[in-house]
Amino acid sequence: MTITTRTKWSLRTIALLYLLLLLLLPVVVVFLKTFEHGWSVAWGYMTTPAAISALWLSLLMAVIAVPLNTIFGVGAALLLARRRGRATALLDALVDLPFLVSPIVIGLALTLVYGIHGWFGTFFSDHGVRIIYAVPGMVLATVFVSLPFVVREVTPVLREVGDEQEQAAATLGASSWQTFWRITLPSIRWGVAYGVILSTARALGEIGAVLVVSSLVAGQTLTLPLLVYSRNDQDFGTGATTSAYAAATELAVISLVVLLVMTVLSPRRQGTK
Amino acid sequence: MLYLSVIVLIPLAAVAVKALAQSPSAFWQSVTNATVLRALAITLVASLLVAFIGGVMGTIVAWVLVRDEFPGKRIVNALIDLPFALPTIVAGLTLLALYGPDSPFGIHIAYTRGVVVVALLFVTLPFVVRSVQPVLLELDTEVEEAAASLGASNWITFRRVILPALRPAILSGAALSFARSVGEIGSLVLILGKVQIASIVIFADIESDAPRAAASLSLVLIVLSLLVLVAIRRLGGRVGEAG
Repeated sequence: MTITTRTKWSLRTIALLYLLLLLLLPVVVVFLKTFEHGWSVAWGYMTTPAAISALWLSLLMAVIAVPLNTIFGVGAALLLARRRGRATALLDALVDLPFLVSPIVIGLALTLVYGIHGWFGTFFSDHGVRIIYAVPGMVLATVFVSLPFVVREVTPVLREVGDEQEQAAATLGASSWQTFWRITLPSIRWGVAYGVILSTARALGEIGAVLVVSSLVAGQTLTLPLLVYSRNDQDFGTGATTSAYAAATELAVISLVVLLVMTVLSPRRQGTK
Repeated sequence: MLYLSVIVLIPLAAVAVKALAQSPSAFWQSVTNATVLRALAITLVASLLVAFIGGVMGTIVAWVLVRDEFPGKRIVNALIDLPFALPTIVAGLTLLALYGPDSPFGIHIAYTRGVVVVALLFVTLPFVVRSVQPVLLELDTEVEEAAASLGASNWITFRRVILPALRPAILSGAALSFARSVGEIGSLVLILGKVQIASIVIFADIESDAPRAAASLSLVLIVLSLLVLVAIRRLGGRVGEAG
C-alpha cells in the first residue's frame, strides 16, 4: 500500500495529538499543581504523619498481595498450561473475574462474607478480629483485584516454552522440585517479573474495592489513593487542593518508575514468548 | 483452587445469594427503579461510546506506532502503558484540574457525563492499542502490495485486506474497554459530581446500609461482566494485561 505523505502526516498528527491531550497533558498538570505554591509547601504535605502512614500502608498492601498472587499465579499457570480437563477450563474462566467485576462489587462481596453480619463475620468478631473497615479487609480487597496478573503473564510463556526440557530433566533423574527451580522457573522469569510489576502497580493504586472496606481514618486505614480521595473530599467544590495534588504526585512518581521497569522488561518478555 | 475460592468465589457467591434471598418481585423492583435504570443507562451508553471511540482511535494509534517512523517513537510507545501504571485516582484528579472549577482552559465539563467519557478513554487506552499492535506487526505487507498492484486504492486495500485481519483484535480490545468502563470507579469518583453511574449507586447503597439493593444491582453487573467474558472468549482474545 502506498501511503501519500499527506495521509501519513495526518495520521501521525491525529495519533500524537490524541495521546498528548489524553495522556501527557493531565500528568503534567498534576506536577504543576503540586508545586504551584513552591517545593517546601508540597514537601510539607507529603511528610505529614497521615501521608507517611498512608505511604507505608500502600506499600504494606503490595508487600502482602504481590507475593501471595505470585505463588498462586505461577501454580495456576502451570495447571493451565500443562493440564487439560474440565477443572482447568473452569479455572481458566474464573481467573479473569477480578478484572471484569467492578471494584465496588468486589468490596461489597467481601463485606457480605467477612463483615460483622457476613457469613464468616461472627466467627471473626468472636475472636476479636476485625476484617472489614480495617486493614485485613483492605489486604483481601487488594489481593482480589491484583490476582490475575501473574497467571495471565506466565501462562502463554509456559505454553510457548513447551515441556520437552522438563521431561528431559525428569528422565535424567531430577525431582519435580529440582526441575521446577532449574528448568521451569528460569524460562518463565521475565513473564513472572512482568506480572509482578503489573500486580504491584495495581496493588499500590487500587481505590474502588479498598474504598468500600476501609474506615477512612487518617493514620490507620488510609492508603495513598484513599488519601488523595479524602483530601480532595474535605473541600469539595473549591477544586482539589495542593495537599491532594501532593499525594497524587507521590503516586505518579511511583507509577513512572513502574512504567520505566515495564519498558525495560517488555522486550525481554517478548523475547521469551 | 482453595485460594481462589476464599478470595474470589465465596465473596461473589455471597453477593448472588444476598440478591436472590429476596422475593423475585422485590429483586425486580430494586433493579428497575428509576435511579437504577438511569444509572445503568448512563453507564452502558458511556461504555459503548468509549468502546467505539477507543476502538477507532486505538487502531489509528497502533497503526502509527507500527507503520510510521518518527523520532521519539519508543517513548510514545512506552507512554501507552501509562494508564495501567498510573493509579486511577490520580487520573481522576488530573481531569478535575483540567476541566474542574479552576480549569486553565476555561473548559468546565467536570461533574458532567462528558468528562466521564474522557476519564474512561484514558483508563482504557492501552486495551485496543496493545491488542491491535502485535497483529499489525505480524501482518504481511505483501498482500497489501498485491492488492495495490491489482489497482486497489488505499481505502479499498484498508477495508478489504487490512481491516478483516485486524477486526478480531479491535473487537476484543473494545470489548475489554467496555467491560472495564462498566466497572470503573477510581478515575471517576472525584469528577462525577451528581452524575450517577451504576458503581456509585451501589456504593451509595452500601453506605446507607441497604446491602440488598446493592447486591441486586451488583448481580446485574456481574452477569453483564460474564456475558462480556464469554464474548471475548468467542472473539479469541484474552483478558491479559488488564489493569
